[in-house]
Amino acid sequence: MGWLLALPFLLPIATGLLAMAARRRPRQARAISLAGCIGLFVVVVIIFVRVLDQGTIAAQMGNWPAPFGISLVVDRLSAIMLLLAGLVGLAVAIFAQADVDLRREVLGFQGFYQLLLAGVCGSFVTGDLFNLYVWFEVMLIASFALLILGGERAQLDGGIKYVALNLVSTLFMLMAIGMVYGLTGTLNMAALHVAFAEVDQPAALHMLAVLLIVAFGIKAALFPLYFWLPASYHVPPVAVTAVFAGLLTKVGVYALIRTFTLIFPADFRFAHDLLLIAALLTMLSGVIGAASQFEFRKILAFHIISQIGFLVLGLALFSPLALAGSIFYMVHNIVAKTNLLLISGTARRMAGSFKLAEIGGLYRASPVLAAVFFIAAFSLAGFPPLSGFWAKLMLVSASLEQAAYWVAAVALITGALTLFSMSKIWSEAFWKPHPQDGVRALASLSATERVQRMLPAILLVAISLGLGLFPQPLIHFCEVAAKELLDPAAYVATVLPARDG
Amino acid sequence: MISLILQGATRLLVALILLFSVYMLMRGHNLPGGGFIAGLIASAAFVLYALAWSLREAREALRVSPVKLAAIGALISLASAVPGMLKGFPPFTGLWLFIGGGAGDKGIPISTVLLFDVGIYLAVLGAVLALFFTIEED
Repeated sequence: MGWLLALPFLLPIATGLLAMAARRRPRQARAISLAGCIGLFVVVVIIFVRVLDQGTIAAQMGNWPAPFGISLVVDRLSAIMLLLAGLVGLAVAIFAQADVDLRREVLGFQGFYQLLLAGVCGSFVTGDLFNLYVWFEVMLIASFALLILGGERAQLDGGIKYVALNLVSTLFMLMAIGMVYGLTGTLNMAALHVAFAEVDQPAALHMLAVLLIVAFGIKAALFPLYFWLPASYHVPPVAVTAVFAGLLTKVGVYALIRTFTLIFPADFRFAHDLLLIAALLTMLSGVIGAASQFEFRKILAFHIISQIGFLVLGLALFSPLALAGSIFYMVHNIVAKTNLLLISGTARRMAGSFKLAEIGGLYRASPVLAAVFFIAAFSLAGFPPLSGFWAKLMLVSASLEQAAYWVAAVALITGALTLFSMSKIWSEAFWKPHPQDGVRALASLSATERVQRMLPAILLVAISLGLGLFPQPLIHFCEVAAKELLDPAAYVATVLPARDG
Repeated sequence: MISLILQGATRLLVALILLFSVYMLMRGHNLPGGGFIAGLIASAAFVLYALAWSLREAREALRVSPVKLAAIGALISLASAVPGMLKGFPPFTGLWLFIGGGAGDKGIPISTVLLFDVGIYLAVLGAVLALFFTIEED
């Protein structure tokens, strides 16, 4: 059991080291990296099936009993996040074979890519607050390297902004961790759940909540802490943006959900009220920012922010339905968003630019790409019967349930504005003719490149469609996962050894 | 700048610093020290050598490329998890082998924890020197 739970990060680290060693032979490094991603996907599927079967599973690293050693814990939320990380990791790894140039591969792209996956998976399996910080650092190092790899001027500019603001986040997190340890004497999340229920210092709790919201809020790109994201996400190769969009900000949201369901007591309304305001402003400001952009990738980058608002909204409303909605939204969003970015990369390959004014004619050049974009984009906007519709429906009905009508109103307005942005891309990039008639057909690319670019996109869009047409199994899964989050007793009992007397 | 005093002192100091780093590595199991800090100390020795003599000579003294050293170190650390796996323990469980034990004496303890620390030592040494050499070259 211990090995199974450690593999999601041990495997990418080992793969990354091997790929790094072989980086001067890019063909070999690619093969290693792809094999590692397939292996990772198999491992997360096994873990997912095991969790479906047995509920929460835990392992103690180094055979040190909790709360002294580092615990690895996978409950339903972690399991589905791991599954998504494995899926996105594999899809983007295939796409990157066509998208990332040789120079970046020699500089070690594949190695850093695997390190990033290790950081993401490590964050999802750990049951220890300090270990979470370590995985955040691993992710930060890997993502900074991926951002600036290639050393173009714009990349360095975006990279510096990214790393500076994220260092502030880790600093806040470290301060919070120090205070938590001083307050309770443990950093094991399950033990913290027990300890925090007995802490009788409201001032310390409030301060910790703010510190952690700021730390994870920067990572997740919450209002008003998101300005690093639009400054940096449009500079690296599309494959890098896609994996960032799919996984990085979501780790921040995951950490927020974990902290404010497991560690803090459930009746601590202060944090939820604060998160509710932040979520609503994030939704609105992200979508309005997107409406003002005229570049394919920048529009998508602003939409990442807006959708982070939806994910946090479910946590802020804090009812079983709302949390289930958040998890469903997470699944839908990771699949659809990663896919849209992959499509934007292929669109640029065919039409020559990200600027909407300079491209066009993609519908005529490749109806398949247009169809894939159409489904992914309208799923993002929440059109029935696509996956985004069910996600939004759950969140909106959760807010109506609590008579928070203005929350529902903001969610619907955001949905309408998302539709506006997606239609803008559709009419500019796909429908109108290319201004210089310079669009190349998908069929003119080599067969291998076509497979590498289209296979992940079609795979992801099939998942989006499947979730939209048959949402019931996932909705049920999300409801059980939300129930687990709201009642952590089973989680705590699995991690901590039974106490005598 | 070439300084005869610094160069002369460096010859002695580098050996001492490296020896001290190994001492820190070994005592780290139960006392302050360990692979990370020992790796930093060892890299300080090579940095001093590079400042007193030259970057090229420091590279030659290291013999292997620092990036390779870091990768080897990380792989050694990962490998320290293997004995635990073979015996069916959770990852990174510490296992001991006692050499030359007799009555009342457990002998010299060799553990997978030490192997892990040696890996960290090499990884830190390699990573710090890779950074330092790159920055110095510009």
